[in-house]
Amino acid sequence: MGLDADASRTRMAVDTATVKRIAGLARIAITDEEAGRIAPELDNIMGWIEQLGEVDTSAVAPMTAVIPNMLRLRDDVVTDGGVREAVLANAPQAEHGFFAVPKVIE
Amino acid sequence: MTDLTDLTVAGLRDGFRAGDFTAREAAEAFNTAVAGAKALNAFIVETPEHALAAADAADAARAAGEAPKPLAGVPIGMKDLFATKGVQTTAASHILEGFTPTYESTVSQKLWDAGAGMLGKLNLDQFAMGSSNETSFFGNVISPWRRKDGGNAALTPGGSSGGSASAIAARLCPAATGTDTGGSIRQPAAFVGISGIKPTYGRCSRWGTVAFASSLDQAGPMARDVTDCAIMLEAMSGFDPKDATSLDLPVPAWEAGLSPDMTGKRIGIPKEYRVDGMPAEIEALWQQGIEWMRDAGAEIVEVSLPHTKYALPAYYIVAPAEASSNLARYDGVRFGQRELPEGANLQDMYAATRAAGFGDEVKRRILIGTYVLSAGFYDAYYTQAQKVRTLIAQDFEKAWAVCDLLLTPTAPSAAFALGEKQADPLAMYLNDVFTVPASLAGLPAMSVPGGLDGAGLPLGLQVIGRPLDEQGVLNAGLAIEQRAGFSARAEKWW
Repeated sequence: MGLDADASRTRMAVDTATVKRIAGLARIAITDEEAGRIAPELDNIMGWIEQLGEVDTSAVAPMTAVIPNMLRLRDDVVTDGGVREAVLANAPQAEHGFFAVPKVIE
Repeated sequence: MTDLTDLTVAGLRDGFRAGDFTAREAAEAFNTAVAGAKALNAFIVETPEHALAAADAADAARAAGEAPKPLAGVPIGMKDLFATKGVQTTAASHILEGFTPTYESTVSQKLWDAGAGMLGKLNLDQFAMGSSNETSFFGNVISPWRRKDGGNAALTPGGSSGGSASAIAARLCPAATGTDTGGSIRQPAAFVGISGIKPTYGRCSRWGTVAFASSLDQAGPMARDVTDCAIMLEAMSGFDPKDATSLDLPVPAWEAGLSPDMTGKRIGIPKEYRVDGMPAEIEALWQQGIEWMRDAGAEIVEVSLPHTKYALPAYYIVAPAEASSNLARYDGVRFGQRELPEGANLQDMYAATRAAGFGDEVKRRILIGTYVLSAGFYDAYYTQAQKVRTLIAQDFEKAWAVCDLLLTPTAPSAAFALGEKQADPLAMYLNDVFTVPASLAGLPAMSVPGGLDGAGLPLGLQVIGRPLDEQGVLNAGLAIEQRAGFSARAEKWW
Protein backbone atom coordinates (compact mmCIF):
# COMPACT_ATOMS: atom_id res chain seq x y z
CA MET A 1 0.00 0.00 0.00
CA GLY A 2 1.38 3.38 -0.93
CA LEU A 3 -0.10 6.81 -1.20
CA ASP A 4 -2.74 5.50 -3.62
CA ALA A 5 -4.98 4.30 -0.84
CA ASP A 6 -4.81 7.69 0.83
CA ALA A 7 -5.05 9.77 -2.32
CA SER A 8 -8.81 9.55 -2.43
CA ARG A 9 -8.99 11.29 0.92
CA THR A 10 -8.34 14.96 1.33
CA ARG A 11 -4.90 15.44 2.85
CA MET A 12 -4.93 16.33 6.50
CA ALA A 13 -3.71 19.90 6.97
CA VAL A 14 -0.58 20.45 9.02
CA ASP A 15 -1.96 22.51 11.89
CA THR A 16 -0.46 24.03 15.00
CA ALA A 17 -1.20 20.95 17.10
CA THR A 18 0.56 18.72 14.55
CA VAL A 19 3.62 20.98 14.53
CA LYS A 20 3.81 20.86 18.31
CA ARG A 21 3.52 17.07 18.31
CA ILE A 22 6.23 16.72 15.64
CA ALA A 23 8.49 19.19 17.44
CA GLY A 24 8.06 17.08 20.57
CA LEU A 25 9.12 13.97 18.66
CA ALA A 26 12.11 15.89 17.27
CA ARG A 27 13.03 17.18 20.77
CA ILE A 28 12.84 20.83 19.74
CA ALA A 29 11.22 23.20 22.21
CA ILE A 30 8.67 25.35 20.43
CA THR A 31 6.37 28.16 21.51
CA ASP A 32 2.72 28.45 20.45
CA GLU A 33 3.66 31.50 18.43
CA GLU A 34 6.42 29.59 16.56
CA ALA A 35 4.16 26.61 15.94
CA GLY A 36 1.52 28.97 14.56
CA ARG A 37 4.06 30.51 12.20
CA ILE A 38 5.55 27.20 11.04
CA ALA A 39 2.25 25.34 10.49
CA PRO A 40 1.20 27.12 7.27
CA GLU A 41 4.77 26.86 5.92
CA LEU A 42 4.88 23.12 6.46
CA ASP A 43 1.34 22.75 5.17
CA ASN A 44 2.35 24.52 1.97
CA ILE A 45 5.43 22.32 1.55
CA MET A 46 3.56 19.09 2.31
CA GLY A 47 0.81 20.11 -0.12
CA TRP A 48 3.42 20.49 -2.84
CA ILE A 49 5.05 17.16 -1.94
CA GLU A 50 1.62 15.50 -2.28
CA GLN A 51 2.05 15.37 -6.08
CA LEU A 52 4.25 12.29 -5.56
CA GLY A 53 1.00 10.41 -5.07
CA GLU A 54 0.35 10.72 -8.83
CA VAL A 55 3.19 8.33 -9.62
CA ASP A 56 2.24 4.67 -10.02
CA THR A 57 4.86 2.83 -8.01
CA SER A 58 2.98 -0.42 -7.55
CA ALA A 59 5.66 -2.40 -9.42
CA VAL A 60 8.70 -0.46 -8.14
CA ALA A 61 11.09 -1.34 -5.33
CA PRO A 62 12.22 1.49 -3.06
CA MET A 63 15.82 2.54 -3.65
CA THR A 64 18.30 1.22 -1.12
CA ALA A 65 21.65 2.17 -2.69
CA VAL A 66 22.27 4.80 -5.39
CA ILE A 67 25.44 3.13 -6.62
CA PRO A 68 25.70 -0.67 -6.36
CA ASN A 69 28.18 -1.38 -3.61
CA MET A 70 29.14 -4.29 -1.41
CA LEU A 71 28.65 -4.23 2.31
CA ARG A 72 32.12 -4.90 3.57
CA LEU A 73 32.98 -6.88 6.65
CA ARG A 74 36.21 -6.34 8.51
CA ASP A 75 38.02 -8.46 11.04
CA ASP A 76 36.39 -8.33 14.46
CA VAL A 77 39.27 -6.59 16.20
CA VAL A 78 39.65 -3.43 18.24
CA THR A 79 40.96 -0.72 15.91
CA ASP A 80 40.92 2.28 18.20
CA GLY A 81 40.20 3.36 21.75
CA GLY A 82 42.14 4.71 24.68
CA VAL A 83 41.28 8.26 23.66
CA ARG A 84 38.98 9.26 26.51
CA GLU A 85 40.33 12.79 26.72
CA ALA A 86 39.78 13.32 22.99
CA VAL A 87 36.24 11.95 23.24
CA LEU A 88 35.38 14.25 26.13
CA ALA A 89 37.27 17.28 24.79
CA ASN A 90 34.19 18.96 23.33
CA ALA A 91 31.66 17.96 25.98
CA PRO A 92 29.64 20.87 27.40
CA GLN A 93 30.10 19.21 30.80
CA ALA A 94 32.45 16.34 31.61
CA GLU A 95 33.10 15.04 35.14
CA HIS A 96 35.32 12.24 36.41
CA GLY A 97 35.90 10.99 32.86
CA PHE A 98 32.20 10.89 31.96
CA PHE A 99 29.70 13.02 30.09
CA ALA A 100 27.57 14.79 32.69
CA VAL A 101 23.84 15.47 32.26
CA PRO A 102 21.11 16.90 34.51
CA LYS A 103 19.73 14.54 37.12
CA VAL A 104 17.65 11.80 35.46
CA ILE A 105 16.40 9.79 38.46
CA GLU A 106 14.51 11.69 41.14
CA MET B 1 55.27 40.16 -11.60
CA THR B 2 51.80 38.71 -11.97
CA ASP B 3 49.49 38.84 -9.01
CA LEU B 4 49.82 35.35 -7.54
CA THR B 5 46.13 35.36 -6.58
CA ASP B 6 45.26 35.45 -10.28
CA LEU B 7 46.87 32.04 -10.79
CA THR B 8 44.89 28.81 -10.99
CA VAL B 9 45.71 25.66 -9.03
CA ALA B 10 47.71 24.36 -12.00
CA GLY B 11 49.43 27.73 -12.39
CA LEU B 12 50.42 27.86 -8.73
CA ARG B 13 51.57 24.25 -8.70
CA ASP B 14 53.63 24.60 -11.86
CA GLY B 15 55.01 28.04 -10.98
CA PHE B 16 56.14 26.78 -7.59
CA ARG B 17 57.80 23.75 -9.17
CA ALA B 18 59.55 25.92 -11.74
CA GLY B 19 60.85 28.18 -8.98
CA ASP B 20 59.02 31.26 -10.30
CA PHE B 21 57.94 32.00 -6.72
CA THR B 22 58.07 30.31 -3.35
CA ALA B 23 55.12 28.57 -1.75
CA ARG B 24 55.36 31.12 1.07
CA GLU B 25 54.96 34.00 -1.38
CA ALA B 26 51.84 32.37 -2.76
CA ALA B 27 50.39 31.67 0.68
CA GLU B 28 51.09 35.24 1.81
CA ALA B 29 49.40 36.67 -1.28
CA PHE B 30 46.24 34.68 -0.62
CA ASN B 31 46.33 35.34 3.14
CA THR B 32 46.40 39.06 2.36
CA ALA B 33 43.48 38.72 -0.05
CA VAL B 34 41.47 36.80 2.55
CA ALA B 35 42.21 39.35 5.27
CA GLY B 36 41.12 42.18 2.99
CA ALA B 37 37.75 40.71 1.99
CA LYS B 38 35.76 40.67 5.23
CA ALA B 39 32.87 42.39 3.42
CA LEU B 40 32.14 39.15 1.56
CA ASN B 41 31.87 37.17 4.83
CA ALA B 42 33.14 34.12 2.94
CA PHE B 43 35.20 32.76 5.85
CA ILE B 44 34.01 31.78 9.31
CA VAL B 45 37.58 31.21 10.52
CA GLU B 46 40.79 32.35 8.84
CA THR B 47 43.83 30.12 9.24
CA PRO B 48 46.77 31.99 7.70
CA GLU B 49 49.20 30.07 9.92
CA HIS B 50 48.00 26.76 8.48
CA ALA B 51 48.58 28.01 4.92
CA LEU B 52 52.04 29.31 5.84
CA ALA B 53 53.05 26.08 7.59
CA ALA B 54 52.13 24.01 4.51
CA ALA B 55 53.95 26.51 2.31
CA ASP B 56 57.09 26.41 4.43
CA ALA B 57 57.03 22.62 4.34
CA ALA B 58 56.75 22.76 0.55
CA ASP B 59 59.60 25.25 0.25
CA ALA B 60 61.79 23.19 2.60
CA ALA B 61 61.10 20.01 0.63
CA ARG B 62 61.95 21.80 -2.58
CA ALA B 63 65.20 23.14 -1.11
CA ALA B 64 66.08 19.61 -0.01
CA GLY B 65 65.55 18.37 -3.58
CA GLU B 66 62.56 16.20 -2.75
CA ALA B 67 59.95 15.40 -5.37
CA PRO B 68 57.07 17.87 -4.98
CA LYS B 69 53.72 16.71 -3.68
CA PRO B 70 50.74 17.04 -6.08
CA LEU B 71 49.42 20.24 -4.46
CA ALA B 72 52.65 21.65 -3.03
CA GLY B 73 52.51 25.44 -3.21
CA VAL B 74 48.70 25.57 -3.42
CA PRO B 75 46.66 27.08 -0.56
CA ILE B 76 42.94 26.29 -0.62
CA GLY B 77 39.70 27.05 1.21
CA MET B 78 37.90 24.39 3.27
CA LYS B 79 34.12 24.40 3.54
CA ASP B 80 33.27 24.50 7.24
CA LEU B 81 31.45 21.19 6.95
CA PHE B 82 34.71 19.21 7.03
CA ALA B 83 36.09 18.40 10.47
CA THR B 84 39.55 19.93 10.83
CA LYS B 85 41.70 18.89 13.75
CA GLY B 86 42.26 21.77 16.15
CA VAL B 87 40.26 24.24 14.03
CA GLN B 88 36.67 25.13 14.91
CA THR B 89 34.16 23.25 12.75
CA THR B 90 30.60 24.60 12.91
CA ALA B 91 28.61 23.64 9.78
CA ALA B 92 27.66 27.34 10.07
CA SER B 93 25.46 26.49 13.06
CA HIS B 94 25.24 27.91 16.56
CA ILE B 95 24.89 24.43 18.04
CA LEU B 96 28.43 23.55 16.89
CA GLU B 97 29.92 26.94 17.72
CA GLY B 98 33.22 26.33 19.46
CA PHE B 99 33.38 22.66 18.41
CA THR B 100 37.04 21.88 17.82
CA PRO B 101 37.48 18.40 16.37
CA THR B 102 40.20 16.15 17.72
CA TYR B 103 40.31 14.40 14.35
CA GLU B 104 40.58 15.30 10.66
CA SER B 105 38.06 14.45 7.93
CA THR B 106 39.32 12.05 5.28
CA VAL B 107 38.88 14.54 2.43
CA SER B 108 40.74 17.36 4.18
CA GLN B 109 43.48 14.96 5.34
CA LYS B 110 43.98 13.83 1.75
CA LEU B 111 44.39 17.44 0.63
CA TRP B 112 46.95 18.17 3.37
CA ASP B 113 48.77 14.94 2.50
CA ALA B 114 48.89 16.20 -1.09
CA GLY B 115 50.70 19.30 0.14
CA ALA B 116 47.87 21.84 0.11
CA GLY B 117 47.55 24.45 2.85
CA MET B 118 44.37 25.83 4.42
CA LEU B 119 43.47 29.51 4.17
CA GLY B 120 40.43 29.11 6.39
CA LYS B 121 37.04 27.55 6.98
CA LEU B 122 34.45 28.74 4.51
CA ASN B 123 30.96 29.92 5.35
CA LEU B 124 27.95 27.93 4.11
CA ASP B 125 24.25 27.45 4.63
CA GLN B 126 23.63 26.04 8.10
CA PHE B 127 24.23 22.25 7.97
CA ALA B 128 24.39 22.76 4.16
CA MET B 129 20.63 23.36 4.11
CA GLY B 130 19.92 26.18 1.72
CA SER B 131 20.42 27.47 -1.80
CA SER B 132 21.46 31.06 -1.08
CA ASN B 133 23.80 31.01 1.94
CA GLU B 134 21.23 32.94 3.96
CA THR B 135 20.78 30.28 6.66
CA SER B 136 24.28 30.54 8.16
CA PHE B 137 24.41 31.44 11.86
CA PHE B 138 27.48 33.50 10.95
CA GLY B 139 25.68 35.75 8.49
CA ASN B 140 25.07 35.84 4.77
CA VAL B 141 27.90 35.34 2.33
CA ILE B 142 27.90 38.11 -0.26
CA SER B 143 28.70 37.40 -3.91
CA PRO B 144 31.50 39.51 -5.37
CA TRP B 145 29.26 39.94 -8.42
CA ARG B 146 26.87 42.84 -8.84
CA ARG B 147 24.26 43.54 -11.48
CA LYS B 148 25.43 46.11 -13.95
CA ASP B 149 22.28 48.20 -13.40
CA GLY B 150 24.27 50.16 -10.82
CA GLY B 151 21.85 49.26 -8.04
CA ASN B 152 24.56 47.45 -6.10
CA ALA B 153 22.05 45.06 -4.52
CA ALA B 154 23.90 42.41 -2.52
CA LEU B 155 23.55 39.14 -4.43
CA THR B 156 23.60 35.57 -3.21
CA PRO B 157 26.65 33.46 -4.12
CA GLY B 158 24.28 30.47 -4.11
CA GLY B 159 24.33 27.68 -1.60
CA SER B 160 25.06 25.75 0.26
CA SER B 161 28.75 26.11 -0.71
CA GLY B 162 28.38 29.89 -0.91
CA GLY B 163 31.57 30.76 0.95
CA SER B 164 33.56 28.51 -1.37
CA ALA B 165 31.95 30.11 -4.43
CA SER B 166 32.37 33.69 -3.29
CA ALA B 167 35.97 33.18 -2.17
CA ILE B 168 37.06 31.61 -5.46
CA ALA B 169 35.27 34.19 -7.61
CA ALA B 170 36.88 36.98 -5.57
CA ARG B 171 40.34 35.37 -5.93
CA LEU B 172 40.64 34.74 -2.18
CA CYS B 173 41.57 31.14 -2.90
CA PRO B 174 42.29 29.30 -6.15
CA ALA B 175 40.09 26.35 -5.20
CA ALA B 176 37.98 25.08 -2.34
CA THR B 177 36.13 22.05 -1.16
CA GLY B 178 32.38 21.92 -1.53
CA THR B 179 29.72 19.39 -0.70
CA ASP B 180 26.68 18.64 -2.81
CA THR B 181 23.50 17.05 -1.49
CA GLY B 182 21.02 18.46 -4.02
CA GLY B 183 23.15 20.94 -5.97
CA SER B 184 25.27 22.68 -3.33
CA ILE B 185 28.44 22.61 -5.46
CA ARG B 186 26.92 23.16 -8.89
CA GLN B 187 24.39 25.94 -8.23
CA PRO B 188 26.83 28.25 -6.38
CA ALA B 189 29.50 27.55 -9.02
CA ALA B 190 27.02 28.66 -11.69
CA PHE B 191 26.02 31.78 -9.74
CA VAL B 192 29.58 33.12 -9.47
CA GLY B 193 31.05 31.99 -12.81
CA ILE B 194 33.33 29.18 -11.65
CA SER B 195 33.46 25.39 -12.14
CA GLY B 196 32.53 22.65 -9.70
CA ILE B 197 32.05 18.92 -9.87
CA LYS B 198 30.06 16.54 -7.71
CA PRO B 199 31.60 13.12 -8.36
CA THR B 200 29.78 9.78 -8.32
CA TYR B 201 28.33 9.00 -4.89
CA GLY B 202 31.05 7.14 -2.99
CA ARG B 203 34.10 8.61 -4.75
CA CYS B 204 34.92 10.96 -1.86
CA SER B 205 34.75 9.66 1.67
CA ARG B 206 32.05 11.15 3.88
CA TRP B 207 34.05 10.37 7.03
CA GLY B 208 34.51 13.47 9.14
CA THR B 209 32.11 15.53 7.04
CA VAL B 210 29.16 16.86 9.04
CA ALA B 211 26.25 14.74 7.77
CA PHE B 212 23.14 16.25 6.19
CA ALA B 213 21.52 13.47 4.09
CA SER B 214 23.86 10.52 4.00
CA SER B 215 22.54 8.81 0.87
CA LEU B 216 23.03 12.04 -1.10
CA ASP B 217 25.99 13.89 0.47
CA GLN B 218 29.08 13.97 -1.73
CA ALA B 219 32.16 16.14 -1.47
CA GLY B 220 33.73 17.69 -4.54
CA PRO B 221 35.98 20.53 -5.64
CA MET B 222 35.15 24.04 -6.80
CA ALA B 223 37.73 26.01 -8.78
CA ARG B 224 38.15 28.51 -11.57
CA ASP B 225 38.43 25.96 -14.37
CA VAL B 226 37.92 22.35 -15.34
CA THR B 227 41.60 21.39 -15.12
CA ASP B 228 41.76 22.61 -11.53
CA CYS B 229 38.64 20.62 -10.69
CA ALA B 230 40.33 17.49 -12.10
CA ILE B 231 43.48 18.13 -10.06
CA MET B 232 41.54 18.74 -6.85
CA LEU B 233 39.19 15.80 -7.36
CA GLU B 234 42.15 13.44 -7.79
CA ALA B 235 43.50 14.56 -4.44
CA MET B 236 40.13 14.32 -2.66
CA SER B 237 38.91 10.95 -3.98
CA GLY B 238 39.73 7.41 -3.01
CA PHE B 239 38.63 4.42 -0.98
CA ASP B 240 38.18 4.93 2.75
CA PRO B 241 37.47 1.94 4.99
CA LYS B 242 35.95 4.37 7.51
CA ASP B 243 33.00 5.14 5.20
CA ALA B 244 30.73 2.13 4.54
CA THR B 245 29.55 3.66 1.23
CA SER B 246 33.05 4.52 -0.02
CA LEU B 247 33.77 2.96 -3.42
CA ASP B 248 36.74 0.60 -3.38
CA LEU B 249 38.10 1.67 -6.75
CA PRO B 250 41.35 3.20 -7.93
CA VAL B 251 41.34 6.97 -8.55
CA PRO B 252 41.68 7.67 -12.28
CA ALA B 253 44.28 10.15 -13.53
CA TRP B 254 41.61 12.68 -14.47
CA GLU B 255 43.95 15.57 -15.19
CA ALA B 256 46.11 13.51 -17.55
CA GLY B 257 42.96 12.15 -19.20
CA LEU B 258 41.51 15.57 -20.05
CA SER B 259 40.48 15.97 -23.68
CA PRO B 260 38.01 18.44 -25.20
CA ASP B 261 37.41 16.21 -28.24
CA MET B 262 33.78 15.07 -28.22
CA THR B 263 34.03 13.04 -31.43
CA GLY B 264 31.88 9.94 -31.15
CA LYS B 265 30.13 11.21 -28.00
CA ARG B 266 26.35 11.43 -27.92
CA ILE B 267 25.04 14.32 -25.84
CA GLY B 268 21.50 13.92 -24.56
CA ILE B 269 19.22 16.93 -24.19
CA PRO B 270 16.44 16.06 -21.72
CA LYS B 271 13.22 17.63 -22.94
CA GLU B 272 11.70 17.72 -19.44
CA TYR B 273 14.31 20.30 -18.38
CA ARG B 274 12.54 22.90 -20.54
CA VAL B 275 10.55 24.13 -17.55
CA ASP B 276 7.84 26.78 -17.52
CA GLY B 277 9.04 30.24 -16.77
CA MET B 278 12.69 29.57 -17.56
CA PRO B 279 14.31 32.87 -18.57
CA ALA B 280 14.95 33.20 -22.31
CA GLU B 281 18.61 33.88 -21.61
CA ILE B 282 19.02 30.49 -19.97
CA GLU B 283 17.25 28.79 -22.86
CA ALA B 284 19.58 30.65 -25.24
CA LEU B 285 22.67 29.62 -23.30
CA TRP B 286 21.50 26.01 -23.38
CA GLN B 287 21.17 26.25 -27.18
CA GLN B 288 24.63 27.78 -27.32
CA GLY B 289 25.95 24.87 -25.27
CA ILE B 290 24.39 22.44 -27.72
CA GLU B 291 26.15 24.24 -30.58
CA TRP B 292 29.46 24.11 -28.70
CA MET B 293 29.04 20.36 -28.20
CA ARG B 294 28.34 19.89 -31.93
CA ASP B 295 31.39 22.00 -32.72
CA ALA B 296 33.46 19.73 -30.46
CA GLY B 297 32.37 16.73 -32.55
CA ALA B 298 29.48 15.42 -30.50
CA GLU B 299 26.19 14.09 -31.79
CA ILE B 300 23.11 15.67 -30.16
CA VAL B 301 20.13 13.49 -29.25
CA GLU B 302 16.90 14.42 -27.53
CA VAL B 303 16.14 12.21 -24.55
CA SER B 304 13.28 11.91 -22.09
CA LEU B 305 13.58 11.74 -18.31
CA PRO B 306 9.86 11.44 -17.62
CA HIS B 307 10.00 11.55 -13.81
CA THR B 308 12.00 14.77 -13.63
CA LYS B 309 9.13 16.79 -12.16
CA TYR B 310 8.93 14.42 -9.21
CA ALA B 311 12.63 14.70 -8.32
CA LEU B 312 12.25 17.80 -6.14
CA PRO B 313 9.29 16.59 -4.07
CA ALA B 314 11.03 13.20 -3.64
CA TYR B 315 14.20 15.00 -2.57
CA TYR B 316 12.26 17.07 -0.03
CA ILE B 317 11.12 13.87 1.63
CA VAL B 318 14.35 11.87 1.45
CA ALA B 319 16.78 14.64 2.43
CA PRO B 320 14.82 15.98 5.44
CA ALA B 321 14.09 12.41 6.58
CA GLU B 322 17.79 11.59 6.63
CA ALA B 323 18.59 14.97 8.16
CA SER B 324 16.13 14.48 11.01
CA SER B 325 17.92 11.25 11.82
CA ASN B 326 21.48 12.59 11.37
CA LEU B 327 20.86 15.73 13.40
CA ALA B 328 19.47 13.75 16.35
CA ARG B 329 23.07 13.60 17.59
CA TYR B 330 23.05 17.28 18.56
CA ASP B 331 21.70 16.89 22.05
CA GLY B 332 23.95 19.03 24.20
CA VAL B 333 25.67 16.04 25.78
CA ARG B 334 28.76 15.05 23.82
CA PHE B 335 29.74 18.16 21.85
CA GLY B 336 28.49 21.57 20.89
CA GLN B 337 26.31 24.01 22.77
CA ARG B 338 24.09 23.09 25.70
CA GLU B 339 21.07 25.05 26.87
CA LEU B 340 20.09 24.23 30.43
CA PRO B 341 17.12 26.25 31.72
CA GLU B 342 16.78 26.56 35.50
CA GLY B 343 15.38 23.33 36.93
CA ALA B 344 15.37 21.54 33.56
CA ASN B 345 15.47 17.76 33.39
CA LEU B 346 17.29 15.82 30.68
CA GLN B 347 14.41 15.91 28.18
CA ASP B 348 13.96 19.64 28.73
CA MET B 349 17.67 20.13 28.16
CA TYR B 350 17.57 18.29 24.81
CA ALA B 351 14.62 20.36 23.63
CA ALA B 352 16.02 23.67 24.85
CA THR B 353 19.46 22.93 23.39
CA ARG B 354 18.04 22.11 19.98
CA ALA B 355 15.64 25.05 20.00
CA ALA B 356 18.48 27.46 20.73
CA GLY B 357 21.10 25.76 18.57
CA PHE B 358 19.34 25.21 15.24
CA GLY B 359 18.29 27.94 12.81
CA ASP B 360 14.82 28.23 11.26
CA GLU B 361 15.59 26.33 8.03
CA VAL B 362 17.30 23.49 9.89
CA LYS B 363 14.31 23.21 12.25
CA ARG B 364 11.95 23.30 9.27
CA ARG B 365 13.73 20.36 7.64
CA ILE B 366 14.00 18.36 10.86
CA LEU B 367 10.26 18.86 11.33
CA ILE B 368 9.47 17.81 7.75
CA GLY B 369 11.70 14.76 8.17
CA THR B 370 10.17 13.83 11.50
CA TYR B 371 6.70 14.26 10.02
CA VAL B 372 7.26 12.06 6.95
CA LEU B 373 8.89 9.35 9.07
CA SER B 374 6.26 9.40 11.80
CA ALA B 375 3.86 6.53 12.46
CA GLY B 376 1.17 6.25 9.81
CA PHE B 377 2.98 8.43 7.27
CA TYR B 378 6.16 6.44 6.62
CA ASP B 379 4.85 4.38 3.69
CA ALA B 380 2.82 7.18 2.15
CA TYR B 381 5.75 9.57 2.11
CA TYR B 382 9.16 8.01 2.68
CA THR B 383 8.64 4.66 0.97
CA GLN B 384 6.83 6.35 -1.92
CA ALA B 385 9.71 8.84 -2.29
CA GLN B 386 12.28 6.03 -2.34
CA LYS B 387 10.24 4.28 -5.04
CA VAL B 388 10.09 7.47 -7.09
CA ARG B 389 13.83 7.74 -6.59
CA THR B 390 14.19 4.31 -8.19
CA LEU B 391 12.14 5.55 -11.17
CA ILE B 392 14.32 8.64 -11.50
CA ALA B 393 17.45 6.48 -11.51
CA GLN B 394 15.81 4.22 -14.13
CA ASP B 395 15.08 7.28 -16.30
CA PHE B 396 18.81 7.99 -16.39
CA GLU B 397 19.69 4.35 -17.07
CA LYS B 398 17.36 4.37 -20.08
CA ALA B 399 18.93 7.60 -21.30
CA TRP B 400 22.41 6.04 -21.17
CA ALA B 401 21.24 3.54 -23.81
CA VAL B 402 21.08 6.37 -26.35
CA CYS B 403 23.57 8.95 -25.06
CA ASP B 404 26.84 9.24 -23.12
CA LEU B 405 26.33 12.52 -21.30
CA LEU B 406 23.52 14.95 -20.61
CA LEU B 407 23.68 18.72 -21.09
CA THR B 408 21.34 21.03 -19.16
CA PRO B 409 21.35 24.47 -17.57
CA THR B 410 22.67 24.36 -13.98
CA ALA B 411 20.01 26.60 -12.43
CA PRO B 412 16.72 28.12 -13.62
CA SER B 413 17.94 31.67 -12.93
CA ALA B 414 21.03 33.77 -12.40
CA ALA B 415 21.99 34.78 -8.85
CA PHE B 416 19.15 36.54 -7.07
CA ALA B 417 19.35 39.29 -4.48
CA LEU B 418 19.81 38.37 -0.84
CA GLY B 419 16.40 38.40 0.82
CA GLU B 420 14.55 38.00 -2.47
CA LYS B 421 13.39 34.41 -1.92
CA GLN B 422 13.84 34.13 1.81
CA ALA B 423 10.18 34.63 2.69
CA ASP B 424 9.07 31.61 0.65
CA PRO B 425 10.91 28.35 1.47
CA LEU B 426 9.25 26.58 -1.45
CA ALA B 427 10.43 29.13 -4.03
CA MET B 428 13.95 28.59 -2.70
CA TYR B 429 13.65 24.81 -3.00
CA LEU B 430 12.63 25.15 -6.68
CA ASN B 431 16.03 26.67 -7.49
CA ASP B 432 17.51 23.16 -7.32
CA VAL B 433 15.23 21.76 -10.04
CA PHE B 434 18.05 20.88 -12.47
CA THR B 435 20.61 19.65 -9.96
CA VAL B 436 18.54 17.40 -7.69
CA PRO B 437 17.81 14.57 -10.18
CA ALA B 438 21.52 13.68 -10.63
CA SER B 439 21.93 13.76 -6.84
CA LEU B 440 19.05 11.33 -6.34
CA ALA B 441 20.68 8.98 -8.85
CA GLY B 442 24.22 9.39 -7.42
CA LEU B 443 25.60 10.51 -10.79
CA PRO B 444 28.68 12.65 -11.46
CA ALA B 445 27.70 16.15 -12.56
CA MET B 446 29.48 19.44 -12.99
CA SER B 447 28.74 23.07 -13.69
CA VAL B 448 30.91 25.21 -15.93
CA PRO B 449 30.44 28.90 -16.74
CA GLY B 450 28.74 29.51 -20.07
CA GLY B 451 28.35 33.26 -20.26
CA LEU B 452 26.72 36.33 -18.74
CA ASP B 453 23.07 37.33 -18.74
CA GLY B 454 21.77 40.77 -19.64
CA ALA B 455 22.43 42.03 -16.12
CA GLY B 456 26.05 40.94 -16.40
CA LEU B 457 25.70 37.92 -14.11
CA PRO B 458 27.21 34.48 -14.79
CA LEU B 459 25.15 31.52 -16.00
CA GLY B 460 26.26 27.90 -15.83
CA LEU B 461 25.82 24.80 -17.93
CA GLN B 462 25.56 21.39 -16.31
CA VAL B 463 27.01 18.14 -17.64
CA ILE B 464 25.73 14.88 -16.12
CA GLY B 465 27.48 11.56 -16.72
CA ARG B 466 27.14 7.85 -16.17
CA PRO B 467 28.18 6.45 -12.78
CA LEU B 468 31.99 6.66 -12.45
CA ASP B 469 32.39 8.62 -15.71
CA GLU B 470 33.88 11.74 -14.13
CA GLN B 471 36.34 11.78 -17.03
CA GLY B 472 33.56 12.10 -19.57
CA VAL B 473 31.94 14.86 -17.52
CA LEU B 474 35.22 16.77 -17.11
CA ASN B 475 36.04 16.42 -20.82
CA ALA B 476 32.66 17.79 -21.88
CA GLY B 477 33.15 20.58 -19.36
CA LEU B 478 36.51 21.35 -20.92
CA ALA B 479 34.97 21.41 -24.41
CA ILE B 480 32.45 23.99 -23.19
CA GLU B 481 35.09 25.97 -21.31
CA GLN B 482 37.30 26.29 -24.39
CA ARG B 483 34.41 27.49 -26.53
CA ALA B 484 32.78 29.75 -23.96
CA GLY B 485 36.06 31.51 -23.32
CA PHE B 486 34.57 32.79 -20.08
CA SER B 487 36.95 35.41 -18.69
CA ALA B 488 34.57 37.81 -16.96
CA ARG B 489 35.27 38.52 -13.32
CA ALA B 490 33.60 40.55 -10.64
CA GLU B 491 34.93 44.07 -10.37
CA LYS B 492 36.52 44.57 -6.96
CA TRP B 493 34.39 46.63 -4.57
CA TRP B 494 35.07 44.82 -1.29
